Amino acid sequence: MHSPATLASPHEFQRIYVWELPVRFYHWLNALCIVVLTATGFVIANPPGINAASEAAFSYWFGTVRFIHFATAYVFVFNFAFRIYWGFVGNQYSNWKNFLPLKFAQFKEVMSVLRVDILQYSNKSLVSVGHNALAYLTYFVMFLVFLFQVASGFALYAKMSHSFFPQLFTWMLPIFGGDLGLRQWHHIATWFFIIFTLIHVYLVFYHDYVEGNGVLSSMAGGWKFLPEVTADGKTAGVSGKATAKPDPKNR
Amino acid sequence: MENIAEKVAPADRDQTTVYEQLTSRGVSRRDFLKFCGWMSACMGLGPEGLAQVASALETKKRIPVVWMHFQECTCCSESFLRSSHPIVADILLDKISLDYTEVLLAASGHQAEACLKDTITKYKGEYLLCCEGSIPTGEDGAYCCIGGRSAADILNEVAAGAKAVIAWGNCACSGCVQAAKPNPTNAMPIHKVLAGKPIVNVQGCPPIAEVMAGVLVHLLTFDRIPQLDSLGRPKEFYSRRVHDTCYRRPNYDAGLFVESFDDENARKGYCLYKMGCRGPSTYNSCGTIRWNGGVSFPIQSGHGCIGCSESNFWDNGPFYERLAQFPGFGIEKTADNIGLGVGAVTVAGIAAHAVLTNIRKHHEIGEQPGEAASDGPPPPAVDPTKKGGA
Repeated sequence: MHSPATLASPHEFQRIYVWELPVRFYHWLNALCIVVLTATGFVIANPPGINAASEAAFSYWFGTVRFIHFATAYVFVFNFAFRIYWGFVGNQYSNWKNFLPLKFAQFKEVMSVLRVDILQYSNKSLVSVGHNALAYLTYFVMFLVFLFQVASGFALYAKMSHSFFPQLFTWMLPIFGGDLGLRQWHHIATWFFIIFTLIHVYLVFYHDYVEGNGVLSSMAGGWKFLPEVTADGKTAGVSGKATAKPDPKNR
Repeated sequence: MENIAEKVAPADRDQTTVYEQLTSRGVSRRDFLKFCGWMSACMGLGPEGLAQVASALETKKRIPVVWMHFQECTCCSESFLRSSHPIVADILLDKISLDYTEVLLAASGHQAEACLKDTITKYKGEYLLCCEGSIPTGEDGAYCCIGGRSAADILNEVAAGAKAVIAWGNCACSGCVQAAKPNPTNAMPIHKVLAGKPIVNVQGCPPIAEVMAGVLVHLLTFDRIPQLDSLGRPKEFYSRRVHDTCYRRPNYDAGLFVESFDDENARKGYCLYKMGCRGPSTYNSCGTIRWNGGVSFPIQSGHGCIGCSESNFWDNGPFYERLAQFPGFGIEKTADNIGLGVGAVTVAGIAAHAVLTNIRKHHEIGEQPGEAASDGPPPPAVDPTKKGGA
């Protein structure tokens, strides 16, 4: 097919460095932690009946699964703490302010994303350089669930530990009806991550498929491909965040 | 040893020590020391603890004890009476001087009430108040009345002059079954009704007899309440989980679980975790002191722990399942059923959305005017930041 040379493609992309290395590192370590914690968590909740013919003295697999769960929890916590820190020192796309829809523009963008990408009764082109406002909001909710999982998990773990750190969370126990009640909520919150991951992975494919912006590979290399921004910022999306020359320090 | 009927007149008891009374009853010095050693071991004291306990029982005067029964089943008294060591029963019932208890009192009616009045006025600030049972606070306490007075009323009067309060069992410590949802009588544990008194929560349904004796001997020996945990339980008996002292623990770590009662694994004595055993979340001495003179305890008998020394254990879901039912979804729905359902709905939603996307975004997807594959490579993109890629 030959198109007239005068017709410019809408996919005249510029390459923008969005996700810094620490953010990408956080993302994948976090993803790994969640996979490991979910898998071991389900085993702990309802251990499979394997190895039923051996003597207890020769085996320790359930103890090992629990150890992996607890050790990974520590990695998860410190990785999460690091991400919060990075929300204050990282570039504009990883900044903590994006996660809270406190500005009207962010709220408006949430509505636009719902209209264009989720319900799809508009085909308007939306360009967000970092996440879109709805995604940021979802991640904020996810962070709250992270906090809950950390607090509830360590509160449950406190009984088996002499370290001071898990003891910091024992106040969770009476609030959620003791050990078994809290354990139940800890288990329910795990399902949030499963549902979240389903939708999250789907939407990454969706955006890459529809917009061709390389969002799928951006969490590997850090670069996204976005439409050239005109002088009036029209194609920069509702958030208007895309600048011709994104500068990590420019906020 | 037979439980010898009280022969010493109450007036005499006031002047004698526990040891004097025991020897006058024919207990040998050897048996007395065995008891002291056994008690100090139960309390987790070192070898020097034996001397402290023995010396206290030899020199200290009796503690007057008032033992009240409210909303309860008397299983705490029953447990105590069935203590394996004869001196345990004697020490309280004969020697420490149980001045009032509905269960074992010879007197009745006005005489019994007079006896109670007598004790709490004569030994004001000295006597020990032991309570079995919770306090119903609904309907002005009409659900539990003794001699025409409500339990809360009696408790407040009796506790006013008490040196310390011991709450026996789950009823007195956290309300037990009568405080389980929906708690029709609005039953309250002692510590929620009483304020300003040191309260020792001796948890369990019932507590282990040796633990009950140990708490009393501790109070007698050291003249102060033992160190308590966050739920008011003496740490010397409630600082370790049943799970951590369970002889079946190696099976837990090895992943050897009973899958159903009376299966091969149950016969082999594997871990009862999957049968809903509450050992991992229950603090008690069942794994070490055990019951009926150290004969056994529930897990040893093949039944999981039901967590009777923990608050609200009746409300913590079915005793034979790890996961409680999910609130609001009927009895057979666990978090996993709900999660799988939500997951299935999510996947269906994703599939529908993917189809919708291919229809609604048909023009945005794929080749656009001016970018046919045969047109050759597009002009090189401008790298605004000049940063290196990954």
